[in-house]
Amino acid sequence: MKDTKTKTKLVNILIDNKKVSVPEGTTVLEAAEKIGINIPTLCYHPNLSLLGACRVCIVEVKGMDAYLTACSAKVWEGMEIKTNSPNIRQARRDIVELILDNHPMDCQTCERNGNCELQNLAYSLGVRERLFEGERKHFPIDARSKSVVRVPEKCILCGRCVRVCAEVQGVYNLSQHGRGFYTQVMPAHGAGMDESVCIQCGQCIMVCPVAALVEKSHTEKVWSALADPKKHVVIQTAPSIRAAIGEGFGMEPGTPATGKMVTALRLLGFDAIFDTNFGADLTIVEEATEFVKRLRKKEKLPLLTSCSPGWINFLEKFYPELIPYASTCKSPMSMTSTLTKTYYAEKKGIEPKDIFVVAVMPCVAKKFEAERDEHKSPDGYPYTDAVLTTRELIWMIKCYGIDLKDLPDTDFDDPLGESSGGADIFGTTGGVMESALRMAYEVLTGNPPEKMEFNEVRAVEGLREAQLNIGSLTLNVAVANGLTNAKTVLNRIINNEKEYHLVEIMACPGGCIGGGGQPYPPKGYHFLDPELLAKRASALYKIDQSKKIRSSNHNPSIQKIYKEYLGTPGGERAHQLLHTHYHPRLPRGIR
Amino acid sequence: MCANSTQTTLDTWKEVQEFAKKTLPQEIIEFIEQSKKEPHPESKLIKVLQMVQEHFGYLGKTQMDAVAYLMEIPTAKVTGVATFYHYFRLVPRGKNMIRVCLGTACYVKGAERIVEKLKEELGIHLGETTKDSLFSLEGTRCLGCCGLAPVVEINGEVYGQVTPDKVPAILEQFYEKSES
Repeated sequence: MKDTKTKTKLVNILIDNKKVSVPEGTTVLEAAEKIGINIPTLCYHPNLSLLGACRVCIVEVKGMDAYLTACSAKVWEGMEIKTNSPNIRQARRDIVELILDNHPMDCQTCERNGNCELQNLAYSLGVRERLFEGERKHFPIDARSKSVVRVPEKCILCGRCVRVCAEVQGVYNLSQHGRGFYTQVMPAHGAGMDESVCIQCGQCIMVCPVAALVEKSHTEKVWSALADPKKHVVIQTAPSIRAAIGEGFGMEPGTPATGKMVTALRLLGFDAIFDTNFGADLTIVEEATEFVKRLRKKEKLPLLTSCSPGWINFLEKFYPELIPYASTCKSPMSMTSTLTKTYYAEKKGIEPKDIFVVAVMPCVAKKFEAERDEHKSPDGYPYTDAVLTTRELIWMIKCYGIDLKDLPDTDFDDPLGESSGGADIFGTTGGVMESALRMAYEVLTGNPPEKMEFNEVRAVEGLREAQLNIGSLTLNVAVANGLTNAKTVLNRIINNEKEYHLVEIMACPGGCIGGGGQPYPPKGYHFLDPELLAKRASALYKIDQSKKIRSSNHNPSIQKIYKEYLGTPGGERAHQLLHTHYHPRLPRGIR
Repeated sequence: MCANSTQTTLDTWKEVQEFAKKTLPQEIIEFIEQSKKEPHPESKLIKVLQMVQEHFGYLGKTQMDAVAYLMEIPTAKVTGVATFYHYFRLVPRGKNMIRVCLGTACYVKGAERIVEKLKEELGIHLGETTKDSLFSLEGTRCLGCCGLAPVVEINGEVYGQVTPDKVPAILEQFYEKSES
């Protein structure tokens, strides 16, 4: 924080012969950016702490013997900087070449081919031959996890994953182990990700400049199911997919692509295309019922939302004391999958074992959730058979030679395809809270809210607390995204510092739109970019705005399924199919 | 699905810390508690790990977890530090420590052949311990007695001008000792 009392001093510097005045304390990188000079970086990330490990951003400073790293060097009066002299270009090229020397030469077969920061740097800096080639490190791939796969051989030790895990998520699962040639980034004791304190949020995948961390691919499973004539293959897509999938096909971020996505899925050959939004509406009906019940009985408050599987893993590994407060509602994905293999199967007269349920999620933790024992049928088969990330689906569509942009719009299939606007906004931070409030308002006061928008819980950057008046009640609510922010709220609850009624937590910054399974940022944006997240969120709010039905409990398909199949919200059947439980897990994380 | 299913419960943070206390000697627990009253307790991590290694002879998984839980330092950081320094041993040490000098003089005089012979006799590589926990084998830098090269140090005692042929006889003494 800048001191507001004393006016910040301006410093005059010269970058590539251009004069610029910047506040004292500015880094060379920031100063250059201000006048449109782009200095290449690798280990640097604007939202993370400084490391200065890669040396790619070096610049020449008059009067200094050694090159300085632009990311960490602060400007001083009269500083003369050259960012692109022949010496600097040569040195940067040498640095990247040396990194490449210890990196596999498998760009053509690599998952990040085309969107790899190292590859792009090597190209733009003019590395055209390998002059230093010699012995390089060899490590096996660690694919023990259900969600996050570690490929240490590709790791360039930039430390961005270590920092995002610690600083943004507060999980501190990753650390550099060993030394020198044998250094490896891994969890404590070299344990598999699932056996560590990892919560499978996948933010490390998003921040990795190369393919050293990737999701466990389910695409092969899905291709085989599609090719199997005996399988009835059903797919569902999460609310936030429609807000981000277009980016994979060059569409402007924030362009909703619901109809085009459904058409693409039909072309891929799925037998039924359902909307996870349906499950989201159902989640709201169940969760709002649960909330109002607890509110009236004044017990187990605050209610903690439970849609985000990364957050649920965090709860079990870091805050098991708070398990009784978490909503017992299954996530929208698991609700939709459960009903696909029960309600839909019965309606269609198909054996549940012959149905293959694919869920497209912005999330890698969903892959873990799908395989949890709690989400298996009494006969032991999983309700969700495969989970694709947005990235995997984009690739599958491309693999089919389809360009999403050119497709016409079509609708989701019945009976699990209709949804309210309240479901769409599930994909962004504050959305679950807002939808729950829309319904809770009606249950508590007898009338629907005059205004559907609860701006108090929108566009939350990290953490927001709000006080809402609903009828005669005053509710204290909190919305947190990114688990470091969640820790703040959870510690307040544990230490009895504040009484909340309802708390929404999403593991990933920005909510599902910033999930670990979303597309890598398009050109001009960076990971954790508030602008990109805001654009994706705006797509969801646009869809919500355009819908006739905005409140989950008014969705006719939801009303029908309760009448036909589930009974009453929070009733016995609903409980049996739509609710779950959690348990403390080890190893325990340090909070 | 608690990893330690024999434990009744490890649900609360307090229970986890109480369990951690049972795995470390009182002296170390007190040191940690004292350091937490001072600024920057995390800077005592290396000292605590040294104390643990002194007591147990190595850093085991349980002990490192306990250090993490009691010092409230992420476990990955603890194991990151432990694997960075050569000083820390992550596997139990054998009863007898064999260190073969790989300094220049010894190397020139055939230390490598001694290592090969020891590996063959013991059935382990450098840095490992025999299954019966009788021997650990390590390479070391110059021991400062180059006149006796090549040298092998066992439990602090130096054996000079070793040849591969002499290795079995040297080891034999320790087998005999362990039997008696």
